[in-house]
Amino acid sequence: MYTETTHDAAHGEHHDHGPAKGLMRWVTTTNHKDIGTLYLWLAFIMLLYGGSMAMIIRLELFQPGLQWVEPHFFNQMTTMHGLVMVFGAIMPAFVGLANWLVPIMIGAPDMALPRMNNWSFWILPFAFTMLASTTFMEGGAPAFGWTFYAPLSTTFAPDTTDFFIFAVHLMGISSVMGAINIIATILNMRAPGMTLMKMPLFVWTWLITAYLLIAVMPVLAGAVTMMLTDRHFGTSFFDAAGGGDPVMFQHVFWFFGHPEVYIMILPAFGVISAIIPTFARKPLFGYSSMVYATASIAILSFMVWAHHMFTVGMPVAGELYFMYATILISVPTGVKVFNWVTTMWKGSMTFETPMLWALGFIVMFTIGGFSGLMLGVAPVDTQYHDTYFVVAHFHYVLVTGALYSIIAAFYYWVPKWTGHMYDEKLGKIHFWWSTIAVNVLFFPQHFVGLAGMPRRIPDYSLQFAEFNAISSIGGFAFGLAQVFFLYIVIKTIRGGEKATAQVWEGATGLEFEQLPSPPPYHSFTEAPPVR
Amino acid sequence: MIFNKLSRRFLVVVTGLVSMFSMSAARAEYELNMTQGVTPISQDIYSLHMLVFWICVVIGVVVFGAMAWSILHHRKSKGAVAANFHESTTIEIVWTVVPLLILIGIAIPATGTLLDLEDAKTNADITLQVTGIQWKWKYTYVDEDVSFISSLAQSSRDVMSDPTGNENYLLEVDEPVVLPINKKIRFLFHSSDVIHAWWVPELAVKQDSVPGFINDSWATIEEPGIYRGQCAELCGKDHGFMPIVVNAVSEAEYEQWLVSKKEEAAAAAASAEQEWSMKDLLARGETVYQANCSACHGPTGAGIPGAFPAMTGSPLVLGDAAGHIDVVVNGKAGTAMAAFKGQLNDVDLAAVVTYERNALGNSVGDMVQPSAIKNAR
Ligand code: HEM
Ligand SMILES: [Cu+2]
Ligand SMILES: [Cu+2]
Repeated sequence: MYTETTHDAAHGEHHDHGPAKGLMRWVTTTNHKDIGTLYLWLAFIMLLYGGSMAMIIRLELFQPGLQWVEPHFFNQMTTMHGLVMVFGAIMPAFVGLANWLVPIMIGAPDMALPRMNNWSFWILPFAFTMLASTTFMEGGAPAFGWTFYAPLSTTFAPDTTDFFIFAVHLMGISSVMGAINIIATILNMRAPGMTLMKMPLFVWTWLITAYLLIAVMPVLAGAVTMMLTDRHFGTSFFDAAGGGDPVMFQHVFWFFGHPEVYIMILPAFGVISAIIPTFARKPLFGYSSMVYATASIAILSFMVWAHHMFTVGMPVAGELYFMYATILISVPTGVKVFNWVTTMWKGSMTFETPMLWALGFIVMFTIGGFSGLMLGVAPVDTQYHDTYFVVAHFHYVLVTGALYSIIAAFYYWVPKWTGHMYDEKLGKIHFWWSTIAVNVLFFPQHFVGLAGMPRRIPDYSLQFAEFNAISSIGGFAFGLAQVFFLYIVIKTIRGGEKATAQVWEGATGLEFEQLPSPPPYHSFTEAPPVR
Repeated sequence: MIFNKLSRRFLVVVTGLVSMFSMSAARAEYELNMTQGVTPISQDIYSLHMLVFWICVVIGVVVFGAMAWSILHHRKSKGAVAANFHESTTIEIVWTVVPLLILIGIAIPATGTLLDLEDAKTNADITLQVTGIQWKWKYTYVDEDVSFISSLAQSSRDVMSDPTGNENYLLEVDEPVVLPINKKIRFLFHSSDVIHAWWVPELAVKQDSVPGFINDSWATIEEPGIYRGQCAELCGKDHGFMPIVVNAVSEAEYEQWLVSKKEEAAAAAASAEQEWSMKDLLARGETVYQANCSACHGPTGAGIPGAFPAMTGSPLVLGDAAGHIDVVVNGKAGTAMAAFKGQLNDVDLAAVVTYERNALGNSVGDMVQPSAIKNAR
């Protein structure tokens, strides 16, 4: 068991050097743990930045009328909020988790390409600084929605759009390098005996996610490049007046965009599949069916993109096909949920903070899945499309789905990372506070959407007033809860009850069985034994 | 100053909260669900929506029920001991196949409704062309030679800082589109700039209007009434301010309305033949400017730096009239400046050009007559 290897590790510590001192440690680091930490902090900062824009949105929507911001600025807020949350918060957080966890889960000493790892992180702060700086330029930040449909983002957009295009290119390069690194690590650096079908599901889901990233980030890069040449070099990819097609932009965007939403949820499935068995004290039900379900979701995710475009005027055969393919995705998604519930069935459950977040994930992600199924029914999407019903749907899957899994992962692994237990009481308060607030925030949005409120509007007619006010109150409370989370994070890093090596009674996996908490700066310099 | 502004806003928020709770107490019914609408399709869509909703509820009860049961009973604090089963191919097959069958049950009625929804081409009685323009709608009755632009009513524009009590706030237009009931109406959608989407929930019509393309959709309205909707696709700054109002009337009323529209058009054409005075041009120009130009160039002509040029002191406006007319009439390719020849008549164009030259802080001194516009077309 682990005692033997910690002895080795302690012994080895004399020889290998620890982290460098000072700021340069973080700038020049090639250590997967340091880089994981950097990614997670970037994600947190972006969460607060994107969140503060959400506060402005909810403030303006608190009551009918234009009270706080101009419509043009409001559009900048919705656009930047979406871009920052997707590319700045959720994606980097999962890459941070992958950096921290993949090597210690598969018994590798580090990532396969550590220098590239440093680069893929350090590109990002520059990309986001550039994107954010457009807010202060003449013409303002992007205001055409995070989906940046042409020609609003081409012929009709301000000059600052070029900064946006360059920033998206940088994010894409970073993501692709990160994905290559993860694939190379998983395929080449597993400890002897760690066969593919023994890998923790988090590793599996990230392996599949990395392939999705490599497949679709170049498509996004292509889309913004075509925008750039349309704007400056006389092409007409998306300009009907020059023989182009604005609808083609949407096909290209969503060919990236739909797999992208699965990029943001597959690693979450991996996190939940680690946490539920630990606290149910029972092995994950249907491990191999989970792997197959993840793979089929990934493959299907390439074949459903036009369900975002049911109202653009597709041929009826196209609409039928995309409807069938879309609702088919709920089958493997359902399989995952059924497996988690069956894992809990006849377990011996306890409800520490990570388990609470994971249970919250299952319930609320499933609600988002239900609205997804409803949206997939093409004729009915005529009424749902571009309303707050869609906004409610994707916030249930992304906030109470992806973000909840990230927070769950933090509480679950932070004792391993820092050697300190977080404060259990504060963690539980954080969970209940967030969960009540997030439902006050997003549940009423189903109602206003069904009642006819379009999305992306700075002002609305009076019949939507009550639910919007309620939603805003939930929004402010949820925002505040994440500031409280910041306090918990800092407190945990600074100190706390010492964590054991196994951390949780029911925890399994190399990181809990073979490494102390916190692990040495260089772990698994020799491959651990794999059961 | 700033403090005053903030405390005023605070007051607005407080009164808003108070009125919100009193309003919700007064109103019997919160709007929670999708409308059933007034067309056969809208009713089919509503039933389909409810069908899928109830299926989700049933699945939710089963899944969350099982979860709740094990949370309550299979907890360590109750002495539960973990079982060790972790695989069953039979169960996996069951919960793959059963959902698949449910999906087929959804797909069959959905296919029928979708085919109906897409059947716009056959047997249409009336064809209405709808053009999305930043940020208003143009309606053209294809067989009738009737055409007009419909934009947000002034009554809504005036109360944006505090719309309390303004009925149909943001859902009122200066000129509603009039349609007869019990006729199959085919809509043709088109855009003159960016993508918009024409959406009236009660008619279950939501269709993108795309520049360079023509989309279609249809509705047979079964009840007379006023049906309100909004643009549903982000189309720039004033996307939230381009409502739609459909006035569905009997066939006789519809015919009557067509006649009066044609008379109006004839009167307008006659007035384009006259010489106009500076005073009349300026008065009319102000109305036209505020309705069509102010969204971008600003109510006072200040524009939005970096996005839309100012009118006040603009070299083009202060330059010779022909160049000014050309930009307004034909637009400026590759920019957001539209060609207004398709939207405004000669009198309106002459008035607005004259207005821009002699108001908004400019004073060129010359006048542009409708005849000059006619020649520039
Ligand atoms: C059962 C699975 C799901 C189905 C059937 C589904 C279906 C749909 C459909 C049809 C739309 C388009 C709605 C419209 O614009 O009218 C949509 C929007 C969206 N979905 Fe899902 N969805 C599912 C799960 C997810 C998951 C897991 C995520 C992400 C974690 C996600 C993220 C999104 C996002 C971000 C949008 C909105 C994009 C935008 O227009 O801004 N969905 N979904
Ligand atoms: Cu999608
Ligand atoms: Cu719009």
